[in-house]
Amino acid sequence: MNDTAVSKPVRQRTLGWVLLEFLGSMNLAITLLVVVAIASVIGTVLQQNQPYPDYVLKFGPFWFEVFRKLGLYDVYGTVWFVAILGFLILSTSVCLYRQVPGMLRDMMHFRTQVQLHSLRAFHLRAEWRLPNRDADAVLADVTSLFRARGYRWRIADQGAGRIAAAMKGRFNRLGYLFTHAAVVIIGIGGLLDGNLWLKLKESTGEIVLETRDLPARDVPDQSRLAPGAVPSFRGNVMLPEGSAANFVFLRLRDGFLLQELPFAIELKDFQVAYYDTGQPKSFTSQVLIHDREQLGDQPLAATIRVNHPLIYRGYAIYQSDFGDGGSKLELRAWPLSSAKLEPVEAKGEVGGVLKVAEPGGELRLELDNFRLFNLLPEPDSQVGDRKFRNFGPSIGFKLRDAGGGAREYLNYMAPVQLEQRWFYISGMRARPGDPYSYLHIPADARSSPERFLRFNARLRDQSWLQDFLTRSAGPSVENPEFQRNLKLVRLNLVDLFMQGGFAAVTERAKSVVPADRLREATELYLNILRDTLAEIYVEILREEGSKVEEGVSPQEEAFFSDAIAALSALPVYGSPFYLQLTSFQQVEASGLQVTHSGGVTVVYTGFALLVMGIFIMFYTSHRRLWAWLAVEDGATRLLLAGAGNRRQTEFAREFAALRAALEQRFGLPVAAVASAEQSRNGGGEQNSTS
Amino acid sequence: MAVTREAMLEQWERPSVWQRLTIRDALWVLLVVAGAGFAGWFYQAQMDRYEFAILAGTAVALIAWGLYWPPARLFTVAVTGLALLALWRYGSDYELRKSAFLLKYVLESQAAFMWMSVLYVLATVTYFVALFSRSDFVGRTATALTWCATAMGMTGLLVRWRESYLLGADIGHIPVSNLYEVFVLFALITALLYLFYEDRHRTRAMGGFALLAISGAVGFLLWYAFDRDAYHIQPLIPALQSYWMKIHVPANFIGYGAFSLAAMLGVAYLLRAGAEARRPDGVLARVLPPLELLDDVMYKAIALGFAAFTIATILGALWAAEAWGGYWSWDPKETWALIVWLNYAAWLHLRLTKGWRGTPMAWWAVIGLFVTLFAFLGVNMFLSGLHSYGSL
Ligand code: HEM
Repeated sequence: MNDTAVSKPVRQRTLGWVLLEFLGSMNLAITLLVVVAIASVIGTVLQQNQPYPDYVLKFGPFWFEVFRKLGLYDVYGTVWFVAILGFLILSTSVCLYRQVPGMLRDMMHFRTQVQLHSLRAFHLRAEWRLPNRDADAVLADVTSLFRARGYRWRIADQGAGRIAAAMKGRFNRLGYLFTHAAVVIIGIGGLLDGNLWLKLKESTGEIVLETRDLPARDVPDQSRLAPGAVPSFRGNVMLPEGSAANFVFLRLRDGFLLQELPFAIELKDFQVAYYDTGQPKSFTSQVLIHDREQLGDQPLAATIRVNHPLIYRGYAIYQSDFGDGGSKLELRAWPLSSAKLEPVEAKGEVGGVLKVAEPGGELRLELDNFRLFNLLPEPDSQVGDRKFRNFGPSIGFKLRDAGGGAREYLNYMAPVQLEQRWFYISGMRARPGDPYSYLHIPADARSSPERFLRFNARLRDQSWLQDFLTRSAGPSVENPEFQRNLKLVRLNLVDLFMQGGFAAVTERAKSVVPADRLREATELYLNILRDTLAEIYVEILREEGSKVEEGVSPQEEAFFSDAIAALSALPVYGSPFYLQLTSFQQVEASGLQVTHSGGVTVVYTGFALLVMGIFIMFYTSHRRLWAWLAVEDGATRLLLAGAGNRRQTEFAREFAALRAALEQRFGLPVAAVASAEQSRNGGGEQNSTS
Repeated sequence: MAVTREAMLEQWERPSVWQRLTIRDALWVLLVVAGAGFAGWFYQAQMDRYEFAILAGTAVALIAWGLYWPPARLFTVAVTGLALLALWRYGSDYELRKSAFLLKYVLESQAAFMWMSVLYVLATVTYFVALFSRSDFVGRTATALTWCATAMGMTGLLVRWRESYLLGADIGHIPVSNLYEVFVLFALITALLYLFYEDRHRTRAMGGFALLAISGAVGFLLWYAFDRDAYHIQPLIPALQSYWMKIHVPANFIGYGAFSLAAMLGVAYLLRAGAEARRPDGVLARVLPPLELLDDVMYKAIALGFAAFTIATILGALWAAEAWGGYWSWDPKETWALIVWLNYAAWLHLRLTKGWRGTPMAWWAVIGLFVTLFAFLGVNMFLSGLHSYGSL
């Protein structure tokens, strides 16, 4: 860089000058580069543009508010971040403005004015005294060498001698122009494509963010953008199969805007294809574009896949998401908290709500989700085993009570085999984001949850229990008092167990039995409970028609342990019924993203310039050679000096070759007066020209 | 002297490209043309226009590579030979990898990667032995080991490409789609970059340091393969099914490789500078590579890395425009690419416009590696985003 020094006339230090000096300074540029880098980190550490409640949950209300004020949930759209980027663009522009004239001049000028003493200070130089050589002939030799090596030159008289100033590769200077212009161009294009326009319209009150959960048709005009209202946007819409939309939602902070499109997109069909391994292979939407203006009555059919968007009228339509478009579900709700045996049948739709009347008040059953496939890791696999199993269809729903609190459930339709036994599995969590805890309902011999549910219902049926326990005790006359007491204890224990699982039983023991006899007593209680449950279970089997007199099979025995484990977990399960999915008709929805970017050509032009500029800057160099000649005492004195702005080692090698060529031409070593000491620094290659 | 002016002028003229072409060069061109011609003829039924264009482009690139850097020729021939041998042995039966000796122990991709790993580690040690013993023979052995390791790794990647198709026609894809595969790519590219500088600067003194970065990658690769079972070929998720991946990922890894190389040279620089300051005639100050050399190659590596990384990021943006609906989404991976890029832009400015050299720049190059490493690994491990390949 030692030869790009732009000579500046001494100027008044006006405010404008100081500002320009500051903005175009290298220190500011480097600082800005580093500041942008650091500021960018924030947005990668904190997940951006999540729903606001998630942030509240994560940071608590106080920090949530602080971070919101700082704009940390959408860092790259905040005023301060855009301002830093703007500064970088401004600084680069000022830098260009100040450097380019000098560089252009530098490209044009041959620098014939260089003084002999400055040439002697050059790092690459060689000097000879050539007796018996005519200066003109030497000059002709030198310039022919310049020509042979692709240099262009100018000759000028200078004091006692003459100078031939040569250069090549001056377009290297364009490298600077291209790269830095590219930074400015990309920056401007990027700003055009950012949400600056929305911000502007928002600040003037022309549009207002909609924060309510509204269907599209109810969005008020102040939250709607007509086609072309902003040059760039990126919006999403979820289309169920068979439906159409002529708008997309632009998500912004904690709300959204509705961007209208000049055409409608209809989803004919959405398909997910799978590999044999069960992983998804492709997501494909078959769409029809309806556009009376451009297409008349004939809609345009197109296929949109991931990586294969549809570009229509400058709008790009992408496959970005998928979900449920309101699958029709048939459900069976088995009572869990009452003695009723018969389930209630219901029909619902994903996205819909069913009202359930319960003794404790009305519950809202929100059907959130239906999934046809659930590819999950094998339950008993090691980390990294990569064994997967398809657990089949599932429904996800929330149960919301009158107070608004909700639990989430995830029920699988088909029983799942675990350790050789089959279970109906239902996940429950009390807070979103928590992992599910699972209830395992053992499936009976007919692969149904019925036996378990009947067992559960019987255990909650006080009159049935009374009746059964009296019957099972048999007619006894010896000690009726004891038998009545035992029945009471048994009834009590069953009731406790159904209210709070095994934990409740041990708790009760603690509260009534002295500490020194606690263990024994607890064991006794549990034994009585177990026996009682087992008797009732056998009765259930008998009701089912099983021949229990011939013994209970190992399967039926395993069922019993699984059943009481599930019963013990029921109190925390929290739902008054078990919701079984009996049949479904899937309706898929495709998430499409529609974008329009006005700045894209600008940005791509910048990309092209940037790549060209970088290669020019790195891999070419602006090289200069000077030959200074004078006649002294009948001899010709020749000094050759050179400088290059890049690729110093290569240039040093070239210089050495030039020098060798000249020496050969002059028949040297003859009377070499002073040879350059070039090998002092700059790598060892300079001498390797032989 | 009876030399005419014209004759002399000719001698001054640098010979044109054609005049400089030797018999060997011509043979190389012929070989590549013949190979590409044969492939095109043999598979013409299966190829479409684009594939012919890609084949022709590949041939031109190989010719240019071999002319620009002659050692690339033997490498290309060796890798082609080994890969063809493996393909021939496989036929169309993927299960042969478990039974055929040649495949099971040498050429099956996993086996080839193991060979690569062992050879790289050996080469690292050998380079250091050469450095301290100042033995030319040992040095040449180290270079040979590095070449062999690289050839095995490259063969492994090519074979793996084929294996993915043997696994299922719809599964086949270029092996740069997950963290395991790109680590192999990283090792290869870093090694080739190093070998290039070794050849151009005619010194093996930097070898041990360059290879340390590669050995580090090999260590990760082995852990990832054995602890996490990551070596299985997985089908491509829809987001990665794009021709952009084929160019975006390798371009990125030229950048990562060059930056790592620069960082390791930075380490060597700091060691040598420290040694010179403390004990100018100690062993370290004598055997470590000279400071000017390190500084020069460090700059060249960063410049090359920056150019490659610029292209890679732009390719990424073009791909994103096609896959995600916008050329820039401030996705963590993208953002970190920008951070890396800005970091090296600042480095280049300081060196070029402020003339900074030496120790501070070496430190910065070393720190730059950590930034790069985070962009490459950390983002996948700690942050979530749209970039979906290779989470740990
Ligand atoms: C994002 C912003 C910028 C980027 C990516 C960038 C990139 C680059 C690159 C890659 C080089 C070449 C370095 C080399 O050849 O080793 C360079 C050189 C240079 N940059 Fe920047 N630059 C930026 C902003 C600026 C700014 C704001 C200034 C003004 C102070 C500036 C002034 C220069 C100068 C004077 C050169 C040397 C040109 C030459 O000698 O040919 N750059 N820049």
